[in-house]
Amino acid sequence: MTDVLAVADHRRGELRDVSYELVTAGRELADVTGGDLHLAIISGPVDDFAEKANREGVDAIHTVSHGEEFNHDIYTQAIAQLYDAIAPQYVLAPNSVNGLDYAPAVADELDLPIVTDAVGLETDGQTLIANREMYGGKVETTVEVDAESALVTIRSAEWPTAEGTGDASIEALDADIDKDAIGSSVTGFEEVGGGDVDISEADVLVSIGRGIEEEENLDIIRDLADALDATLSSSRPIVDNGWLPKNRQVGQSGKVVTPDVYIAIGISGAVQHVAGMKGSETIVAINTDPNAPIMDIADYAIHDDLFDVVPALTEQFQ
Amino acid sequence: MATHKTMMKILVTVKEVATVEDEFEIEGTAIADQYLGADLNEWDDYAVEEAVQLQEAGLADEVVTVTIGPEDCEQTIRQALAKGADRAIRIWDDALEGVDLLDVGAKTELLKAVVEAEEPDLVLSGVQSGDDSFGATGVSLASAVDFQWGAVVNGLEHDLEDGVASVRRELEGGVEELTDIDLPAVLTIQTGINEPRYASLRGIRQAQRKDLDVQTLADLGVDAGAVEGDLELTEMYEPETESDVTVWEGGADDTAGQLAELLREKGVAQ
Repeated sequence: MTDVLAVADHRRGELRDVSYELVTAGRELADVTGGDLHLAIISGPVDDFAEKANREGVDAIHTVSHGEEFNHDIYTQAIAQLYDAIAPQYVLAPNSVNGLDYAPAVADELDLPIVTDAVGLETDGQTLIANREMYGGKVETTVEVDAESALVTIRSAEWPTAEGTGDASIEALDADIDKDAIGSSVTGFEEVGGGDVDISEADVLVSIGRGIEEEENLDIIRDLADALDATLSSSRPIVDNGWLPKNRQVGQSGKVVTPDVYIAIGISGAVQHVAGMKGSETIVAINTDPNAPIMDIADYAIHDDLFDVVPALTEQFQ
Repeated sequence: MATHKTMMKILVTVKEVATVEDEFEIEGTAIADQYLGADLNEWDDYAVEEAVQLQEAGLADEVVTVTIGPEDCEQTIRQALAKGADRAIRIWDDALEGVDLLDVGAKTELLKAVVEAEEPDLVLSGVQSGDDSFGATGVSLASAVDFQWGAVVNGLEHDLEDGVASVRRELEGGVEELTDIDLPAVLTIQTGINEPRYASLRGIRQAQRKDLDVQTLADLGVDAGAVEGDLELTEMYEPETESDVTVWEGGADDTAGQLAELLREKGVAQ
């Protein structure tokens, strides 16, 4: 029991980057345990994916050709069968929306402890130590897993992607999928966030978060955006509250933006938000909390009340 | 099997989460008490609202909440009751005292016992909790009780025809997956699915009189060994920052002036 099994992530015909990050994370563990790194590719164009995922560090790729799109029942059954066949010490899955739709079920099924959203992993061959955040990123923790085997989901963009061309064996697993156990089916996909404006095209974004407190207060942000000839965007809570339409949301579940200037106002900078704007050329943060995670990626910051700073800034451009 | 039941029972998992002030100190593997507050988990607030709306739409006849937590969290549970849940179950036991990280497997065991006793048609849980953010209990529970499930649901059609829940799952990058899920099922509810109500004064008064049943491990028939868990929180620290942020100091007019200067340098508004 020294092998590592990682599960690739894909959606609508595309292998997602976290798959290559899983290879890196898996390789690091397997180097210590002394086992092989296996990569499972389940559903979709598996042969095409297997070729792409055959990067340096992968010892074996197992394909399960069953259905085009993600289905958690197929994943759960296929991974359980691979687990029985390989007997890995560690199973790694992406902490993606789909990863969280099957990994906990796999852990329950196989009676494995589960650690989700790991940002760091270490093992001495016996004990697994995972780093993960708590309280929305305010603190980081180490969690020790005292078990022979464990399942971990890893956060995207925390490990570098594996590169190069590997020489993994590629085997098709004729998984025994119990169709009666499949109790959900995908009926379609919808792109949301279309409409009048594409925030990913903007050169300057004035982005507002929870710090605005009330919907009525949005006017001072609109005034600033007008004065700067900038586009208005927001973090998730503003859209959740229905104060701005979904097409204004920056972040993991919204749009990824890379403007020349991103002004984050009253945004704490949760990891899901940062994932959508960290590629901005210049980031300015206005926030009363000097410890807010947004400060870690900001180039410039004002630690002050947005209700004082924003009107003063607007005035400068009028 | 044909079912003649037209009304459903909904179980909502409700957690009281610790909230942390902007400035805080860490003591050992926890944040020092004086910097902590308590609140109804944000995601669970949406789950409660969804359940209450299903009841108001005539699709459910009972909404029951279940919470793992000590007596202190009853105020938070009453919040959910004030918003319209009918009764509450609180699980607590000496064996849970002092466990600083109750892992997914342990929570699953506890909640499983409640699901088996209550036999709900639908379980709604928040996608994650705001404190330890595992985001795994709902799906783990579904697997344990042999229910169907859907994770990260931000839309649920209020018809549930033929025992099927039509949901939207919020994937990354502004894509939503439309999925039909057979009932009974566990759905993990994402923020933004609805607009959680504020409790009315009448609701708050009524909540005081609603049933809040406390269950121990023995009551649930769960062995103490089942909640021991395999995870141990060994360290807590403030994340290292690689920040090289330039902080402008001074009054709002000064700082706004410096920012304006930067923006002009960058060619903004010109």
